[in-house]
Amino acid sequence: MKIINMIVNEKPVEVAIDERESLADTLRDRLYLTSVKKGCEVGECGACTVLIDGEAIDSCIYLAVWAAGKRILTVEGITKPNGELDPIQQAFVDECAVQCGFCTPGLIMTAVEIVGSGRKYTRDEIRRLISGHLCRCTGYQNIINAIERVVEETHKVVSK
Amino acid sequence: MYDIKSIYEAKSVDDAIKALSGDPKAVVICGGSDVLIKIREGKLSGASLVSINGLEELKGVSLDEDGTIVILPATTFSKVTGSKIIEKYIPALGFAADQAGGPQLRHVGTIGGNVCNGVTSADTASTLLTLNAELEITGPNGKRSVKLEDFYEGPGKVKLSHGELLTAIKIKKPDYEGFDGCYIKYAMRNAMDIATLGCAVHVKFDGSKTKIDELRLAFGVAAPTPIRCYKAEAVLKGRTVSEALGEIGSLALLEVNPRTSWRASKEFREQLVRELSGRALKEAAAKAGGVSS
Repeated sequence: MKIINMIVNEKPVEVAIDERESLADTLRDRLYLTSVKKGCEVGECGACTVLIDGEAIDSCIYLAVWAAGKRILTVEGITKPNGELDPIQQAFVDECAVQCGFCTPGLIMTAVEIVGSGRKYTRDEIRRLISGHLCRCTGYQNIINAIERVVEETHKVVSK
Repeated sequence: MYDIKSIYEAKSVDDAIKALSGDPKAVVICGGSDVLIKIREGKLSGASLVSINGLEELKGVSLDEDGTIVILPATTFSKVTGSKIIEKYIPALGFAADQAGGPQLRHVGTIGGNVCNGVTSADTASTLLTLNAELEITGPNGKRSVKLEDFYEGPGKVKLSHGELLTAIKIKKPDYEGFDGCYIKYAMRNAMDIATLGCAVHVKFDGSKTKIDELRLAFGVAAPTPIRCYKAEAVLKGRTVSEALGEIGSLALLEVNPRTSWRASKEFREQLVRELSGRALKEAAAKAGGVSS
């Protein structure tokens, strides 16, 4: 076992890990952040996407030891303390971008990275930016609608 | 949980070399997007890993005083694409790096890993070949320099002895100044796919912008390793774009040696070599402001 320190969802965390585990293992099994889904476990489906120092990565192919000293953000960290949804989550609800929900947390985290860039994107650019996620239910259109909408709204607020 | 025996997190390049030299079976891991997948597949199970993931001294892109662009190997694909230096001087390489895997993978996968894995489909390899990239290798006995094209030995095999690390990728000023480039990746899907064929071109024109002063053509997946087509390049020197477009495909075919795999047949790959070489030249020539008659 090895003890690592990291900042998870804005809180400092000290956790004992097995050096063989992935960050997805640590977040799910030791910190109970079960929004992080394990789908393919080879970095293809994007269900385990979290932000590390602001960059979306597949936590299933990221060793937990590497996360020492880093800032990790998961869906649990973007929901407000009173349980209110983040505008990105709300946009997914409003646009019916969720069906079975397995890919949703990962897509939300990529959306956090997209929205956080403060840039505007064309629909094609959004498609490309979410290309590291597989969704087997929705056909993607509503997901793109949701991200497009929240990018648009954020941009309005920022440029005011 | 990964099936690994141990992981040693190196504190410096020297420390990594020492750790590797002390364990003949140790495997280097950097971004992890290839090594961890192999472990998951059982190909490297029980491996002892030496991690260079956290080494800041191996990250970044810089410009030397003599104009040499130095890309450190642990720079991720997305940082290569996002580098102002790459964007300004060799945008075709930034574009090529942006074709690997998907967005999350490009935040962890590194250009050094792309090169050291030695696979023919590596998205940055063919473009690096057209830039005459040189590699700095550091080992227990010091540093040595090797041309990228001499680095490849065979499929998945590079001339890197145990205990050696790639510590820099260098591109000299005469190899990028005045050149414009293009990389075309042909794959079955637009993302998260491995190239069926990759074609890279860098081209430089003479003063009148009508004749090709220098052309460089390279392919991925057209042979067991990424390859340059020197004979085609020599023939096309001095030609106009229109002349070159008519010949480049058939000339390239004389030098490639694609095979049939489950991804595509030899015949299809040959067709891609013929077609993509022309398209890549056309696009690179357009960027270079080459006048086609």
